Amino acid sequence: MTSLAPGSPNPAGAAVSAQPTSQAHGTSAHAADDHGGHVDARLFGLATFLVADGMTFAGFFAAYLTFRAVNPLPADSSYELELILPTINTALLVISSFTFHRAGSNLRSGNQSACRSWLLGTVALGVAFLAGQMVEYFNLPFGLTDNLFASTFYALTGFHGLHVTLGVICILIVWWQARQGGRISQHDHFGLEAAELYWHFVDGIWVVLYGILYLL
Amino acid sequence: MTVASPTDFEPQGLQPQGWLKYFSFSLDHKVIGLQYLVTGFIFYFIGGALAGVIRTELASPISDFVSRETYNEVLTLHGTVMIFLWIVPVVNGAFGNYLIPFYVGARDMAFPRLNAVAFWLIPPAGILLIASYFVAGGAAQSGWTAYPPLSLSTPAIGQVIWILSVLLLGGSSIFGGINFIATILKLRRPGLKLMQLPMYCWAMLGTSILVVLSTPVLAGTLILLSFDIIAHTGFFNPALGGNVVVYQHLFWFYSHPAVYIMVLPAFGLVSEILPIHARKPLFGYTTMVYSILAIVVLGLIVWAHHMFTSGTPPWMRLFFTIATSFIAVPTGIKFFNWLATLWGGKLALNSAMLFSCGFIINFVFGGITGVALAQVPFDIHVHDTYFVVAHFHYIVYGGTVFVIFASVYHWYPKFTGRMLNEDLGRLHFLLTFIGFNLCFTPQHWLGLNGMPRRVAEYDPSFTTLNQVSSVGALLMAISTLPFLINVIWSAYAGEIAGDNPWNALTPEWLTASPPPVENWLGEAPLVTHPYDYGIPEGKIDLRVASGADLWFGGKR
Amino acid sequence: MAIPSTLITLLLGMVLVLVGLWVGQNVQLLPLDASSNAPVYDSLFQVLFSIGTILFLGIVGLVLFSLVRFRRRPGDLADGVAIEGNLPLEIVWTAIPAIVVLFVGIYSYDIYERMGGMVSLNDHSAMHHSAVVMQASDSSGPTSPGSDTASSEPRVWAGIGSSGNTEGTLPVEVTAMQFAFIFHYPDGDITSGELHVPINQPVELRMKANDVIHAFWVPQFRLKQDVIPGQPTVLSFTATRAGNYPIICAELCGPYHGGMRSTVVVHEQEAFNQWFEKNAPAKPIPATVANVSLNPTA
Repeated sequence: MTSLAPGSPNPAGAAVSAQPTSQAHGTSAHAADDHGGHVDARLFGLATFLVADGMTFAGFFAAYLTFRAVNPLPADSSYELELILPTINTALLVISSFTFHRAGSNLRSGNQSACRSWLLGTVALGVAFLAGQMVEYFNLPFGLTDNLFASTFYALTGFHGLHVTLGVICILIVWWQARQGGRISQHDHFGLEAAELYWHFVDGIWVVLYGILYLL
Repeated sequence: MTVASPTDFEPQGLQPQGWLKYFSFSLDHKVIGLQYLVTGFIFYFIGGALAGVIRTELASPISDFVSRETYNEVLTLHGTVMIFLWIVPVVNGAFGNYLIPFYVGARDMAFPRLNAVAFWLIPPAGILLIASYFVAGGAAQSGWTAYPPLSLSTPAIGQVIWILSVLLLGGSSIFGGINFIATILKLRRPGLKLMQLPMYCWAMLGTSILVVLSTPVLAGTLILLSFDIIAHTGFFNPALGGNVVVYQHLFWFYSHPAVYIMVLPAFGLVSEILPIHARKPLFGYTTMVYSILAIVVLGLIVWAHHMFTSGTPPWMRLFFTIATSFIAVPTGIKFFNWLATLWGGKLALNSAMLFSCGFIINFVFGGITGVALAQVPFDIHVHDTYFVVAHFHYIVYGGTVFVIFASVYHWYPKFTGRMLNEDLGRLHFLLTFIGFNLCFTPQHWLGLNGMPRRVAEYDPSFTTLNQVSSVGALLMAISTLPFLINVIWSAYAGEIAGDNPWNALTPEWLTASPPPVENWLGEAPLVTHPYDYGIPEGKIDLRVASGADLWFGGKR
Repeated sequence: MAIPSTLITLLLGMVLVLVGLWVGQNVQLLPLDASSNAPVYDSLFQVLFSIGTILFLGIVGLVLFSLVRFRRRPGDLADGVAIEGNLPLEIVWTAIPAIVVLFVGIYSYDIYERMGGMVSLNDHSAMHHSAVVMQASDSSGPTSPGSDTASSEPRVWAGIGSSGNTEGTLPVEVTAMQFAFIFHYPDGDITSGELHVPINQPVELRMKANDVIHAFWVPQFRLKQDVIPGQPTVLSFTATRAGNYPIICAELCGPYHGGMRSTVVVHEQEAFNQWFEKNAPAKPIPATVANVSLNPTA
């Protein structure tokens, strides 16, 4: 071997069998069964993904704020928006976060049918939000390509609406899985927790979006 | 998404075995790592061929080899392929997937299925990108930066395919990043502390944080750009009231960290390779960790140094100059630590060591030009010239690609169970090192003296140096031959490596070569001192002192 | 590991520094300097080149020395010395680069200021313009980006301004398009494909792009500024050496990007006046250029 490393040759079979690890210093045996060694990292993974997703929104927000600060709009357009409907919509989403939370606590305390009702309530609020969004879209005085503000407005709210739609579908799946004998139960509720985390994230993004787009 | 559990992967009869598994939706992190590696090398050769087209065109000062449109397509594809399909997937995906589970003492990554999905996004994205050359109007022509309004006015189909491809690759990168963060933070073997992890884990943690924070911004930006192309919105179209500089900010918010996404893992890999072949502990472990974290933080706030000649106000130029310059400090710490690791060691002058030292030399050179480029007045002259081209290649080729080769020489015995031929390896190093420097050193002078980048024609007075550069490129192309021969020949006829040919202490060597499914037949070893090499200073009884001594059974 | 402190090390260090300084002073990598900005730039380059040479030679020397001195001899199977760190040493090599970098940063800021980089670009119109923007976002009096009728000049977004007094400055309007620069002299209503400037007189280029981003670069002036559609930029310089220098587009702008070149002709004052008079269409002869530039509008 041209590149023979120093030291004695490898202890025979050191790594292939379990025993040498306990003899070797720097490598000592630990808990008897780490086989598979699985910690449930799924919620952590989802949270990391939501950070990434949040950065997409952050990029959009940054773009919007910059546009708004430096690019004047054409003469016949403005940054003003109707406030009533979006405010109701904001309230709907914030309430839906509470209803989802209720659903979760009901599931954990074993009341699965109450959990499902709360889930349906959340779905209803989500759908109402989307409907409100549609009404707003159809009553706006501008279209997608009218001006820079219009384009950014539709891109931001549309991207968020896509998230809400996805969330509603997820909740419906969770609702189905939480039936008696379904995949989600009092003791196995990852699906519900994941959907809940996602839903809170989508709500939080909306609150920021509402602040930046409508109130600012 | 399922947790790694022994029954989850390789269900008998469903997953193909043997060599076929490398073409399957395998969940084994080692298979996925090698899938990344081989796919990456295929794209490296494609990107290299594209570079060959560029250097052939530039061998003469007039545009004579390919049409000007084709030339722009070629340089766009070259950049995109090399960055998104070669370097990022290989230093992150390939070595990350192969090594990280070993280093944290896990049987697989945190999300094996997501891992496989992340890999299998790459071939279709790559094929899509290459195929865009053959559609009507050809591939994207606006460079890998795709600055609007140029990217809005070049043929649309190619540009949209380019966006789609980069979005897929970005998605793959984000999935990979999430997986690495979860694996490193959540799947550590019980008893293994963060500050006991091999340096590559820290590098991958830092890289993955950058991936997760910055890639989505690029994705969002490219979505807006595609709206501009398809739906005729005006985000980045000044004719419709848009702002082209906002695109540049958003683009570089990803693409500067992308440089660290490409070099931080290389830093990590070098930190693994040097101690083993120098037979010394890694010098300054703690400062190494903190300098990685400092590079991550600083890397996120320096993007506008790519825009010093663009529409940036003076205060912004000043801030980004200072921030960028300061990245030199943590980077410098790492280099001094590596030098100190070499100092007083017993250096094996094998291919892995030579490529690592080549990396140090090239990267220091690229780093020095980098600090110079961070200075606004300096950058104003050389921005968008061949000086920047040379600097960039010193960082990503002289830096990262050299490390990729070093890593292949270092870990090939683990991958295959056979050694690579060292003579061919040293020949490979020599040709690469000479070819690389011959190719890129003259470009600094060209840039300083008036040759802009991305041109098919140039001032005839620059002909000689361009031809020297092209000869260097040819030498680089030739240098891959001994490598290819070596890698293929050694897989069948190489010397049998044994489990631990380098007598290394990091966990991947404490198992068979190649390792079994689930990495260890027994339980995972707990390696708390991954760099415990060397004879302690001033210790009389050598046997009791060092972990390495005990590991070698006191037989020294 | 103790910091090597033998006499040899000290001498080597001194030689290294001297070599670096010599290289910075004597190795000429830059093209001719033809603007008042170029010598300033070149002194920054010298400093960076010297520091870079010292660092690079030092590190390469260390690597090569280590590779030779500490190579493993055949048959030697022992390990190196187990040194895991040395805090004073690590502090030293954190502090020195930090100081160097800080020094370089401050020095280059100074250079940048001398180049005119920190000059406010919208001296006269800045206040006015921000008022316009505010108005626009207020929606009460929206304005369109192009017309900007309220302010006399469109907003300048970036660039290198002329320091202090604009008196005696020759204004030139630059329009970049695929794939040419067009120069227009508002004072004489001259339109030209080449830039003609007098020696030793400040020139202010007011640049706009018609289609995509271009960049105006004259290597002999050490100056470059992107020309951005929708965002006017300026570039000020004073040529100091008569001659013809290339104008190069430095931002990928399409297939003929490499061919998008022009020439800047730096004339002696006399010759410039002649050129100006010859080309100014049907206009009373301007006595001197200084007079012309005092003329506020064109």
